[in-house]
Amino acid sequence: MIDSWLRATFNATWTMVIEMVIAGVCVIGLFAALGLVLVLMERRVAAWIQIRLGPNRVGPGGMLQSLADTLKLLVKEGMTPDGADKFLFNLAPFIAMMVAMLLMAPIAFAKDFQLWDLNIGVLYISAVSSLMVISILMAGWASNNKYSLMGAMRSGAQIVSYELSAGLSILTVVILSGSLNLNEIILSQSDGWWIFKGHIPVIISFVIFIIAVTAETNRAPFDLAEAESELTAGFHTEYSGMKFALFFLAEYINVFIVCAIGATLFLGGWMPFHIGHWEGFNHVMDYIPSSLWFFGKTFFLIFLIMWFRWTFPRLRIDQLLNLEWKYLLPISMFNILLVTVMAILGWYF
Amino acid sequence: MTNEALKEKILQLSPAVSFEEGGQWLTIIVKPAAWHSLAAQLRNDKALFFNFLFCLTCIDWKTHLTMVYHLESVQFRHNIVIKSKLDAADPSIATVSDIWQTANFHEREVYEMFGVNFINHPDLRLLILPDGWENKRPLLKNFEDPVNMIKL
Amino acid sequence: MVEEIGRTADGNIIINVGPQHPATHGVLHLVITINGETIIKVEPHLGYIHRSIEKMCESLTYRQFIYVTSRMDYLSSHINNHACALCVENGLQVEVPARAQVIRVLMDELTRIASHELWWGAMAMDLGAFTPFFHAFRERETINDIMEETCGARLTMNYMVPGGVMQDIHPNFQQRVKDFIKLYKSKISEYDELVTGNIIFQNRMKGVGYLSPEDAVSFGVSGPPARGSGVSCDTRKTYPYEIYNQLQFDEILETGGDSFARYMVRIREMNQSIKIIEQLIDNIPEGDFQAKTKAVLKLPKGEFLQKVETARGQFGVYIVSEGGTTPYRIKFRSPGFSNLSALDHMARGSKLGDLVAMMGTLDLVIPDIDR
Repeated sequence: MIDSWLRATFNATWTMVIEMVIAGVCVIGLFAALGLVLVLMERRVAAWIQIRLGPNRVGPGGMLQSLADTLKLLVKEGMTPDGADKFLFNLAPFIAMMVAMLLMAPIAFAKDFQLWDLNIGVLYISAVSSLMVISILMAGWASNNKYSLMGAMRSGAQIVSYELSAGLSILTVVILSGSLNLNEIILSQSDGWWIFKGHIPVIISFVIFIIAVTAETNRAPFDLAEAESELTAGFHTEYSGMKFALFFLAEYINVFIVCAIGATLFLGGWMPFHIGHWEGFNHVMDYIPSSLWFFGKTFFLIFLIMWFRWTFPRLRIDQLLNLEWKYLLPISMFNILLVTVMAILGWYF
Repeated sequence: MTNEALKEKILQLSPAVSFEEGGQWLTIIVKPAAWHSLAAQLRNDKALFFNFLFCLTCIDWKTHLTMVYHLESVQFRHNIVIKSKLDAADPSIATVSDIWQTANFHEREVYEMFGVNFINHPDLRLLILPDGWENKRPLLKNFEDPVNMIKL
Repeated sequence: MVEEIGRTADGNIIINVGPQHPATHGVLHLVITINGETIIKVEPHLGYIHRSIEKMCESLTYRQFIYVTSRMDYLSSHINNHACALCVENGLQVEVPARAQVIRVLMDELTRIASHELWWGAMAMDLGAFTPFFHAFRERETINDIMEETCGARLTMNYMVPGGVMQDIHPNFQQRVKDFIKLYKSKISEYDELVTGNIIFQNRMKGVGYLSPEDAVSFGVSGPPARGSGVSCDTRKTYPYEIYNQLQFDEILETGGDSFARYMVRIREMNQSIKIIEQLIDNIPEGDFQAKTKAVLKLPKGEFLQKVETARGQFGVYIVSEGGTTPYRIKFRSPGFSNLSALDHMARGSKLGDLVAMMGTLDLVIPDIDR
């Protein structure tokens, strides 16, 4: 809509430039807003689980707490240790940030609201999200700190392993919907979300997906890269000020993105809750705005992941890798087989 | 075992020891040179089996140092106290960390606090005190630290 | 001192855990040699909070020195005070009134529960679960409130003095302890649901940091770590002091020898403490809370040793008296110091992540180790 209006007003080059500016501003704005909301949400959820109040002083109900924290981090001195590789050390948080920004592109936030309707959206997301590990390895190596290095190595082993399970579980939905395009995957769920249509195999892959992405975003119980009680703060031990904040923000944005992808693939993205051919019921559901559906589902998954964090103890590195290579990967491979058979025979609604 | 029975048994093992009267538990006085072999016997004898070294410490009597070992048998629930008077000029005694492993840390503590030299100790370094406190022996009675000590 | 930075000659990395580290809960400094994630050697460097309490006590009177002992194992300060009071009473041959004895035992057991609660929360936090910490503090806070009402302090109690206790219990004491027992019983199942039964937690604990009974005895390990290896060493049973021989309770023994066994010992021990409190809370005899003692205490010439069971193990006070008003030499045998010496033996060959589980289940309190 905006696109056509712009095209009518300006020539093609200017249209593109203006569109890019709009997209950039939108993404950065969304970024900042999401960061603030998610940090506050994390603290509130944690407080709720831990029978305490959480932030409640700054602003109404503590709403401005994360804003105040950001302000504090902004004015803090960003120190670079003497022995560090200065260029890589300073570059690492920006790479983390850029990866998170890039992942925003193909996500459909609401009906017809997508930055880039990519025909290989799923592939793009799996490819770009694995770049995250580079920033962590870079930060760990450049810090010239043994804790950081160990955290980075752990994180490297962990993300590379869990990438497999996450990829395979995403693949089940791709097989069923027959498309790599995120929009088409959403549209294929107009008569019911995949988690309902796809029976047990899709539920299995949904569970595996949630476990794998929790590990991929380095969240507890898989937060070995940070492992506070073992490695002080893992790969970002040496970071302070805004550079630390960028890592912190990137973590939350990643959580948001993986939850958004989970919601898109398994819970229908912005698609309202539809049941088969109950036209009346589906029609009523359509009155709820699509963006509300999308954010509702995403935040539900985010809440789930936060719930994990505040409930489970951390795994040990060998247990973590055992879980992936001995359990999740064989299960997801078998599951893929099952789904393929199911898709061929049409055993789904 | 009662104190009397313990006394008899230990006299059989090592006739050279003497006893001190009047404590809660049987108190044995042993020469530093004879200590290590007696310790091994106390630990390994089937009837005595003093396998738990409750504590070892040192007392500065100004004229000399005395090592005190509190031994206990977890199986038989009997206790003895061993004392050994050390030479004032060169306080040294054989280590028992090869018999009771807990002695390793306790002897290091006594070494840095009292300057007792434990012969054959595997790792006789400062444990609690920071670098630069070698040979200062803060728990001796004549130790004075003009900076950190406040006279009451 | 060893080289604390860089690498060893054979290429292993040396890292310093502490003196400022989230898992050491204080200023413990462990110099760890690792090969990848595998621990080769753990070497503790102590003394960051060494106050030389033994030297200090040599110039304090027998009434004064008890106050310093609260600052050693600050999580079981009542029990430390108790040991010192018993040792001095033993020297003076003072008969403690029955009421004071019961109050002392009640306070000891409340302290034990409070200490184990804190350990439970802190240990779960070391393993990466933050929530148990707050749940544990919910109950521990109640005990602290009870203590505050009667002793006037929440951490360094200084409530037990030679001859009895400092002052009588607060009128609300009995009722509040009963309320606490009710609260505790309603909440203890949460502990098992949240932590004990958790599969990740069990995997982190089982088979980690194995300590054989022989090694436990040889390293002088006492308290829950030793009982987790099946060594019967509860001083309350083996060398009963105060009124413990008249009470009904069990010595908790587990045979696993691993971190999970040590964990279970502490959890089950809390229930035994509750059992002791239930026996006594309605039966506090009337009478004096303190025996008549002289204003200036003078111990006869001699040596006095008192062992008690703190939340961490056997605590011993060894007083050498020359007949004066101050001890000639005093030695505190702290359980943490001996328990720590076993850490190197336990940790060799395990993963770095296991170290926190071992340190957690040894329940190290640094001021207790350093004195």
